[in-house]
Amino acid sequence: MSDTPIRLTLEQLQCERDDRVLFRDVSLTARAGEIWQITGANGAGKTTLLRILVGLHGFYEGQRDWWDDNWRSELLYLGHQPGVREELTPLENLKFTCALGAQSGDPMAALAAVGLRGFEDVPAAHLSAGQKRRVALARLWLERKGVWVLDEPYTAIDQDGVAQLDEQIQKAADAGSLVLYTSHHQVGDGVKRLHLAKGRAEVLA
Amino acid sequence: MTAFRAALSRELLVLWRSPAEIINPLFFFVMVISLFPLAISPKPELLALIAPGVLWVAALLAVMLSLDGLFRRDQESGVLEQLLTSPVMTVVPVTAKLLAHWLLTGLPLVLVSPVLAHMLQLPDRVLGVVMLSLLLGTPALTVIGAIGSALTVGLNRGGILLAVLVLPLYIPVLIFGAGVIRTAVEGGPVPGVLAILGALLALTASLGPLAVAAGLKISSGN
Amino acid sequence: MVWQTLKRWYHMLGSPRYFHTFSSRVLPWLTPIALITLLTGLVWGLAFAPSDYQQGNSYRIIFIHVPASSGALMGYMALGVSGLVAVVWRMKMAEVMLKAIAPFGAALAAISLITGSLWGKPTWGTYWQWDARMTSMLILLFMYVGVIALQNVIREPRQAARAAGLLAIVGVINVVIVKYSVEWVQTLHQGSTLKLFGESTINPAMKYPLLISMLGLWLLYAVNVLIRARSEVEWRERRSKWVQTLIRTGGK
Repeated sequence: MSDTPIRLTLEQLQCERDDRVLFRDVSLTARAGEIWQITGANGAGKTTLLRILVGLHGFYEGQRDWWDDNWRSELLYLGHQPGVREELTPLENLKFTCALGAQSGDPMAALAAVGLRGFEDVPAAHLSAGQKRRVALARLWLERKGVWVLDEPYTAIDQDGVAQLDEQIQKAADAGSLVLYTSHHQVGDGVKRLHLAKGRAEVLA
Repeated sequence: MTAFRAALSRELLVLWRSPAEIINPLFFFVMVISLFPLAISPKPELLALIAPGVLWVAALLAVMLSLDGLFRRDQESGVLEQLLTSPVMTVVPVTAKLLAHWLLTGLPLVLVSPVLAHMLQLPDRVLGVVMLSLLLGTPALTVIGAIGSALTVGLNRGGILLAVLVLPLYIPVLIFGAGVIRTAVEGGPVPGVLAILGALLALTASLGPLAVAAGLKISSGN
Repeated sequence: MVWQTLKRWYHMLGSPRYFHTFSSRVLPWLTPIALITLLTGLVWGLAFAPSDYQQGNSYRIIFIHVPASSGALMGYMALGVSGLVAVVWRMKMAEVMLKAIAPFGAALAAISLITGSLWGKPTWGTYWQWDARMTSMLILLFMYVGVIALQNVIREPRQAARAAGLLAIVGVINVVIVKYSVEWVQTLHQGSTLKLFGESTINPAMKYPLLISMLGLWLLYAVNVLIRARSEVEWRERRSKWVQTLIRTGGK
């Protein structure tokens, strides 16, 4: 964990898609140790907002600033799709994403932590949707990154998994990570919320 | 470097576990070539005349079609997003992917080409040149085609759009690739032409992956 | 000093709004100049220039063919430059230009091919020869088609322009290589090309109308690009205040 003052600033962020304003005037400052929940109806632009934050989507107006140019090395992004290739086993998938994300840690222990003990060497094609999601989530149990951006991490996760994930997110925030995620599920009481509705954005802290 | 090695071994593993992706281009190559004697004429003199072009057009189409889905599964599964958000420069895993793809789909074409050249009645003395021309040319085809594949990755338009984008870019490689073989058949100076083909490979291999990486970023929405 | 001025122009023309005012001022006089220049060149070339001692009157098609070919080639180069500016510096006007430049250039490439083959009939005895210039022009047309096709399938306009821009950059490099490789193929089978006329031996009485029609067509191309770019700018900025005002005041 680095001592960098992790911070995300959005100013007047606005995004149009297919001739429709998805959201406008999104302004906020998010700091290390905070958990931000992003809510909104289907099609409100939650995924697009996260994609703008991590640099995947570049067509927007306004400002999006991370604390410095090296923010990518602190980023752990889990997209809408779990990023798991069916031809590979959970272990192979995880090892590859770790190498790519320059993340260290024990992949076997992480897979065990998300309940995939015994499935390490089963081709991912034979796993359920929830299990595939868990393969992606296993990265949260490796070396902790400074920024977590999670797109619908609770999708297809069972009750035990939800509790476990809550705990892990809370732990990361307590240790100084900034967590931003989309979901209708609220992690805990201290969570800040950004709600997107009909093109408008509201911060409910 | 660790990222490159991890990406290379992963790509090889993925391709190895879906053998159709390796075998289909190879069979396509063989089948297209066997159409020509049937469609035009099995006369040996005529076949020997058209053989350089036939071999090269077939190789070009096989490589191009194999590239149609190069990034599609990665995109659908979300791996592409991981690649683009990673602190590692995108060009590193992209280069690894292109190398792996060429090793398992381009190289087999090179290896079977002498057999097909012989079936097309090319003299045995030029078989080495046939292999050499494809050895230098097919990687260039892979890289150039990957640029088109990167630009069309999210579009679900199939191979026709890719062909429209990529075929004009393939023409120099086609001309010099088939040209080397023809020069060899006519007994002309082969090394000079091979050098040009090598220069084309150097150009595409050095700048191509950057263009592929840029194309992937644009396709993701940048 | 020069650098400062250039930088200022770059930033001014990079602003869609400034471009819009600029083009409103330029178009009213550039359009007539372009048309008059082109007509002068064409009428002079087609009606008054002397006939060729070898090819008679059929050579006169060069007054259309040569300007069209040069326009098509220049258009693709401009596409590549816009592509570079759009992809590397993310300049919005360069994206607009990518969309504005391509159609007229493609049309010119097609005109060049048609007039070339019409000219080929009396000179070669056939409408089509795989001669180096005609082949290069055919490939150039293919490359225009690629850029336009890619632009049309991507819904997000900025993304479409940037994708087409990248393709155009690769395409410009390819144009150069294609030219040499096509010439190399010609040397491989010798004897099929017929040199139509050497550049240095052209009669001045033919040269001037040719240069004038070439200039006229380039200006017309510029007019076309400005008009297309204007409407693209208006569409892209339709929600901005200045376009709204423009609509209310009826474009005044």
